[in-house]
Amino acid sequence: MTPVQAVIAKELRVYFVSPIVYVVGAVFLLIFGLLSYLYVGFAGAQAIQLMQMQGGAAQINLNDLVFRNLFASMRIVLVIILPILTMRLFAEERKLRTFEFLMTSPIRINDIVVGKFVSVFAIYLGLVGLTVLVPTVLMLFSDFDWNPIWTGYLGMVLLGALFLSVGVFASALTENQIVAAFVSFGMLLTIWLISGLGSLFGDTTAGRVISYFSYMEHYERLVRGLIDTSDLVYFGSGLVLMLFLTHRVVESTRWK
Amino acid sequence: MIDVHNITKRYGHHTAIDRVTFSVAKGEVLAFLGPNGAGKTTTMRILTCFMPATEGTARVAGFDCTDQPLEVKRQIGYLPETPPVYQELTVTEYLTFVGQLRGLTGPKLSSALDQSIGRLELGTVRHRLIGNLSRGYRQRVGLAQALLHDPPVLILDEPTVGLDPKQIIEIRELIKSLAGSHSVILSTHILPEATAVCQRVVIINKGRIVAEDTPEQLSARLRHSEKISITLKTCPADCEAKLRAISGVLHVFPGQGGGTFLIECELGRDLRDEIARVAVLNQWGLLELRTLSMTLEDVFLQLTRHEDHSTETTEATVSMASAEHTDT
Repeated sequence: MTPVQAVIAKELRVYFVSPIVYVVGAVFLLIFGLLSYLYVGFAGAQAIQLMQMQGGAAQINLNDLVFRNLFASMRIVLVIILPILTMRLFAEERKLRTFEFLMTSPIRINDIVVGKFVSVFAIYLGLVGLTVLVPTVLMLFSDFDWNPIWTGYLGMVLLGALFLSVGVFASALTENQIVAAFVSFGMLLTIWLISGLGSLFGDTTAGRVISYFSYMEHYERLVRGLIDTSDLVYFGSGLVLMLFLTHRVVESTRWK
Repeated sequence: MIDVHNITKRYGHHTAIDRVTFSVAKGEVLAFLGPNGAGKTTTMRILTCFMPATEGTARVAGFDCTDQPLEVKRQIGYLPETPPVYQELTVTEYLTFVGQLRGLTGPKLSSALDQSIGRLELGTVRHRLIGNLSRGYRQRVGLAQALLHDPPVLILDEPTVGLDPKQIIEIRELIKSLAGSHSVILSTHILPEATAVCQRVVIINKGRIVAEDTPEQLSARLRHSEKISITLKTCPADCEAKLRAISGVLHVFPGQGGGTFLIECELGRDLRDEIARVAVLNQWGLLELRTLSMTLEDVFLQLTRHEDHSTETTEATVSMASAEHTDT
């Protein structure tokens, strides 16, 4: 077992022994389920209205009415929930003085950062994986196109990865877990609002550049079913940047 | 094995350690002694590559702490002040994790695991969560962690804190048994511990090394006179004068409680038989006669207070400390 694998295994173990994963997982799945139920309910009501107005059997599009809304709503859920999942990663090590132990172990800081990120990402993937149950159940009663759903899931996975990397970074900044959660929450909301700033400038170069820095338009395109390389580059580079900054922050504690 | 040359560490304007130089040979056990905040932990953190020194060089097993931190870390087993344990893991899980970080795998890992669990008698708690263990057990898990990969260099920051007296003795025995094959630096402010387990003592105060020698040499070096304590059954008024009359006696101080005297003699002369002869001759009823060697405690107090007081007051403190020692 390489050091990275050892770190991943240890983090996963700690996550599953402590109640965090269960609580966060339960809330995440509950909200996902409730949102799906509501959107399906709205879609049903719309279908009935359409039938009454047109008199015939109306085709309702679940992709547009349910899944697009569902994925769009999940953004705010992720902004709130994911910092809770990441807040302990470095802050707890510092609080419990195990940070010194990690830093004096013969492993690279890269291994620590990547190990911690991969462990929390694996948990997130597990949670997202469980939500596939919703479209699977809906498939039994209705007909829809799976492709935009897969791109939506891809978006959710990429968005989650970016949020988690922001959370890992925030956790490295402090030894207080609440501060860590709040900092990542603040950062994620700020990046969200950057898209508002971009639209203030309208369809100018400045506006487009500013909007590019927010995850909003990139996520929206994936939810609409578009896979654009520039979006993948955005998520990939954002993730790498945050992990790199985490590395710098962890490294810098040695010099204080 | 360990070479520290002129290391200085500054935090802003505060100098934590100032031009510290010392070395530890292979197989040697060195005690790092000093009051709280003297710079012991800072020095250890520099040696373990947790933080770099502001100036100076530190080398462990030939590797430089600044340039080759990974190599240095492989050579070291380190127990920080607070045992670095994860509450959510069991003892076995934790030690397995530690072993994996240090590149142990398969049968090597499991034999190292069994060995360190056996050494620190953790067998009964090996499947319990560390969070549920007492302070003493956590400390032992911390030590097991440091010993796990059988490193040539061990750096232990106050290894016996939080242990009960029996465990303290066991841990000291363990450290003694490591001498010869391992180089050990341990910090402590429990002075008998340093005398008990270490071949050499470095006394550090306010970031500077104030003395470095074997415990015996240190007390010999700082001793200005031989001290003898006697207890007499009957002590007539003239006994103090008669004791003072013995050639070589410098001072006679009456101790607390009747019949006890502290006799200071010239350095290098053993007057015990002479004093005994006088006491028997005068039929004072000699109950006790013993030499007082300067304990490490006295040395420590003398050296660490040196900076605050003039030499005279320190002398007074030392004789007071010795006098107190007589009573105990």
